[in-house]
Amino acid sequence: MGVPGTAVEVTHLRKTYGPVVAVDDLSFSVAEGEIFGILGPNGAGKTTAIECAIGLRIPDAGTIRLLGLDPRADRAEVREIVGVQLQASALPDRLKVGEILEEYRSFYRHPADVSELTGALGLAGKLGGYYRSLSGGQRQRLSVALALIGRPKIAVLDEMTAGLDPQARRDTWELIEGVRDRGVTIILVTHFMEEAERLCDRVALIDGGRIAALGTPAGLAVQARGGKSVRFLPSAPFDDRLLTELPGVTAVGHEGQHVVVTGTGELVNAVILALAAAGVTARDVRLDSSSLEDAFVKLTGSHLDKEGAAL
Amino acid sequence: MNSLAPSLLRPARLGPARPRRALPRRTPPLPGTARGAAFRQIALNEARLTWRRPVALIAGVLLPVVLLVIFGELPAFHQALPQLGGLTLFDAYLPVLIVFSLAMLALLGLPIPLVSYRELGVLRRLATTPVPPSWLLAAQALVQLCAAVTALAVIFATAVAAFGMSAPKSPGGLVVSLAASIAGLFPIGLLIAALARTANGASVIGRLAFFPLMFFAGLWLPRALMPGALQDISNYTPLGAAVQAIQDSILQGFPPAAPLLVLAAYAVVFGFLARRFFRWE
Repeated sequence: MGVPGTAVEVTHLRKTYGPVVAVDDLSFSVAEGEIFGILGPNGAGKTTAIECAIGLRIPDAGTIRLLGLDPRADRAEVREIVGVQLQASALPDRLKVGEILEEYRSFYRHPADVSELTGALGLAGKLGGYYRSLSGGQRQRLSVALALIGRPKIAVLDEMTAGLDPQARRDTWELIEGVRDRGVTIILVTHFMEEAERLCDRVALIDGGRIAALGTPAGLAVQARGGKSVRFLPSAPFDDRLLTELPGVTAVGHEGQHVVVTGTGELVNAVILALAAAGVTARDVRLDSSSLEDAFVKLTGSHLDKEGAAL
Repeated sequence: MNSLAPSLLRPARLGPARPRRALPRRTPPLPGTARGAAFRQIALNEARLTWRRPVALIAGVLLPVVLLVIFGELPAFHQALPQLGGLTLFDAYLPVLIVFSLAMLALLGLPIPLVSYRELGVLRRLATTPVPPSWLLAAQALVQLCAAVTALAVIFATAVAAFGMSAPKSPGGLVVSLAASIAGLFPIGLLIAALARTANGASVIGRLAFFPLMFFAGLWLPRALMPGALQDISNYTPLGAAVQAIQDSILQGFPPAAPLLVLAAYAVVFGFLARRFFRWE
């Protein structure tokens, strides 16, 4: 335990509720400064895993270390260095945003500056507003702000962009990248594929309480479909062997006038260079890479919620 | 959305650089003074919430004072009645109104916000911070206690200044009786908070408890006029015991042990049950 550079270490975690096994033999580790995504359909055990990891629930088996600390035995220290944004937790309607932030700020030894934090989250103009006057997106951003206000070393964010409009979602992603760039390790539970692809260094796909796959978003996508494909319109006919002999190309097919090449690696470059050498230009080129969504469907047999809305 | 200022959100340094393994186990989350500041912030926000939604203050502070003034203005309330052993109705109702105030704050003022915090997920959120969620309970209880002390001060000041109430026979006994009443009633409110799932549910349970208990306190029929059996029951209800202890302190002297012990028993039993059944999420 406590391997240098490891922020989170979860080993053989198991948690049952009566006969229901919510999390079964889950192991993963997160490096310091990494953004680690946890994806899975509803009921996959994501939230249970997170709640065990931060010490809110007692696991039936397994060990958890957060920067070398046990979330239960070293509870006080862990609370100080881990910031958490839980799903579906509201605040009293009749408190003002500034009052809420001041309260939570007072819980920590080295809190963040309220005006900087709210500025970065687009809440600066809302400090005097009551919680009940906030839109869903503003409430969500306040919730993220409360997770970050103690300047945590590890931030755990459960569905942080649920209910945000696309612009607010992108703004929040920028904020999270900014936070990570300052050395904070981030665990992101999400339904939202684009979010995982954009933000996460690595992703664990969880299904039925187990890890179905773990890797970089791009790596998982390739693993799922065995590569990507290039579709183009050749300026002149050519022999398919020109391309099938290229390393990395697995298949060449025709769709009307278009040619579709499947393979792995630097596929587009290889195809275009080979064609150019034969005096053929490729027009109307489209690269179709498989997505994390494809990987998810393939690995778990189920679809994620498209919009990332918590059901 | 601005770009981040460089100092923002950099992870907090936990003291001077030292090997991670050397972190002491069970470090207190905050130094003592900072803990005090955190509790003050929580209590301040609880006070704001109570003030901004003043149902409990209206029912628990304003209403008993208004009733006191109305009763005090009625000439009939100032005639010594042989059925009351020579007391006036005003004498009989003063402790009832005091207990009315304490019961409102304990049975409705205290549990409803606590249950709504559990419903909203505030307690769960607090459990992820260095501050234990029990502090929110303590802060809320403190705010209700302040409301109770305010109500008591206003009630006694009004009774003395406007209606010529004479000094209590046993001021020490009065303080002990009031403290015992609060200690006996607040845990009942906490048990309501433990059992109710929603704020509306807490409000229903609180009212269902309030009215029968106020009957035994003598709100509709002063205890002195109750038939013997009813009076016996009243002696063992928390509000009946509270009225008995407070009335004795005002009119006779230090109250007998019985009502104080009844209140202490409620404090212990309901305190235990509330602790046993309280759910943080």
